[in-house]
Amino acid sequence: MSDKANGENRVTRPQSSAVDLAASIRNGSVSAVEVLSQYLDAIDAGDSEVRAFNTVLAENALQDATKIDEQVAAGNDPGPLAGVPVALKDNLCTNAIPTTCSSRVLERWKPPYDATVVTRLKQAGAIIVGKTNLDEFAMGSSTENSAFGPTRNPHNLERVPGGSSGGSAAAVAAGFAPVALGSDTGGSIRQPAALCGVVGLKPTYGGVSRYGLIAFASSLDQVGPLTNTVGDSALVYEVIGGHDRRDSTSIPEPPQPVVRCLEQGIEGMKVGVVAELSGSSLEGVEPEVLARTREAADALAAAGAKVETVSVPSSVAGLSAYYMIAPAEASSNLARYDGVRYGQRQPGPNTAAMMAATRTAGFGDEVKRRIMLGTYALSAGYWDAFYGQAQKVRTLMINQFDEVYQDFDVLLSPSSPCVAFPLGAKADPMTMYINDVCTVPSNLTGHPAISVPFGTGRDGLPVGVQVMGPLLGEIPMFRVARALEEIAR
Amino acid sequence: MAQNEPVDPGRLTRDEVAKVARLALLNLSDAELDTFTGQLEAVLDRAQDLQEFDVSGVAPTDHPYPLVNVLRDDVSEDWSGVGDAALAEAPESEDRMFKVPPALGEEL
Repeated sequence: MSDKANGENRVTRPQSSAVDLAASIRNGSVSAVEVLSQYLDAIDAGDSEVRAFNTVLAENALQDATKIDEQVAAGNDPGPLAGVPVALKDNLCTNAIPTTCSSRVLERWKPPYDATVVTRLKQAGAIIVGKTNLDEFAMGSSTENSAFGPTRNPHNLERVPGGSSGGSAAAVAAGFAPVALGSDTGGSIRQPAALCGVVGLKPTYGGVSRYGLIAFASSLDQVGPLTNTVGDSALVYEVIGGHDRRDSTSIPEPPQPVVRCLEQGIEGMKVGVVAELSGSSLEGVEPEVLARTREAADALAAAGAKVETVSVPSSVAGLSAYYMIAPAEASSNLARYDGVRYGQRQPGPNTAAMMAATRTAGFGDEVKRRIMLGTYALSAGYWDAFYGQAQKVRTLMINQFDEVYQDFDVLLSPSSPCVAFPLGAKADPMTMYINDVCTVPSNLTGHPAISVPFGTGRDGLPVGVQVMGPLLGEIPMFRVARALEEIAR
Repeated sequence: MAQNEPVDPGRLTRDEVAKVARLALLNLSDAELDTFTGQLEAVLDRAQDLQEFDVSGVAPTDHPYPLVNVLRDDVSEDWSGVGDAALAEAPESEDRMFKVPPALGEEL
């Protein structure tokens, strides 16, 4: 089933798209149980090496798949994702199923409700196969910050899968599930997608409900899919997107109709290559990654787009703004893990001591670092210099990007400055943070962005090219992503 | 430190980190304090580039989508059972309430 069996240091297998799987299941040419069994077999054969999953829900999934087959047999349509196995990042709440955020503090916690995206997937006929590993509370770019141990990159088991949605990206790349959901606060869908050679989408902020997504940084967090194809990404986006009254930041509109626009081509579209994120001055960037990005731009031009280099000077400062704003919001959001209402509790002689003991034992080092950084950035005397300044630079950045989008339909850059790196290679926090330089701007602006696999770089590992769009610009973004996918084949 | 005193960003002391850890309810060992101080200082050093931007007259952004309040119809919903489900996950509860050790009576 996997190449691992042949003695290779990788776990991958040929796969069908979710669109094709759902079509075959809906027309009865293959059963949902058969499809699911193939994926469960792949998990059995390979996940002891990859460690993409915190929890595999084989029994529940088989029951759900049986129900899908019964619906098809009865002549009913189970929905656009009929029988498609989906893996969920373990920071998305699942009713009565452990949701850990890969943290000791939530180990064994069972939420009393499903996240809205989970409800919508189920309504569309999808089968939930398991919960995937992540950097604790989604804080990291390698999945090494998981309290349960790292996930490995299916293309090379000595390398990281990226993060924080590393388990979800690895699950799709390894053929454990054709679709996974992740969350993206500073690149946590797009960077692992790039490092694992899959498609990763961060929709417009507010486009997909955050209800039931465990909060990291509320003004930046978005849920999105990781898939093998751009078409699958578009389909899943339409299923999970749209207004949700349970999320006060949800845009009161249906999702953008991206599926029917996918094949419209890119003739005459204006594509800007962001100079600051696509040149050799970019910190830590590998020449092969720059070369693939340039080739992508040239190929889009050859396919009829108008491609130009464009400067967005504030884009590089996004990293600093992000590493003030995200920890500040996290320090507030993670105050709720105090051992009172749910999760782990450590004993203490009084409430405050109990809370401190619980948090000290429950959080890993990266989470502690970010809580302290955020607490500091928000404290009296430093608020103006750090958090306040970052919020204003965020405004400048939004204005600059909005101005650039007057002249361009989409923007292009690498998704990550480097390909998958060896486990343990970036132990210094700041070195790790620099990985996010290309992805954080879209979180700060709230704009949509997608990573599409585009060739390989150093050591033959996958490279991802990022297509960014303006606010609610999913349609032009998906059209260009689809074109890039076609070119890369 | 007073609000109007000039800040020297990037100069982070071990005492400040200890204070921040106390505020965040985290117990740190001496070795952890040393490590975290250096690591946090590196991030604050890097964030100096934010000072290069002229932000006079620029409003802060705390939310990226221009959204005003979205109100639902004022109809009641059935939330029965939710309280029990929530309490079922509590580390300790009594009489349908979350239970904690004494809040007063023991000095931290």
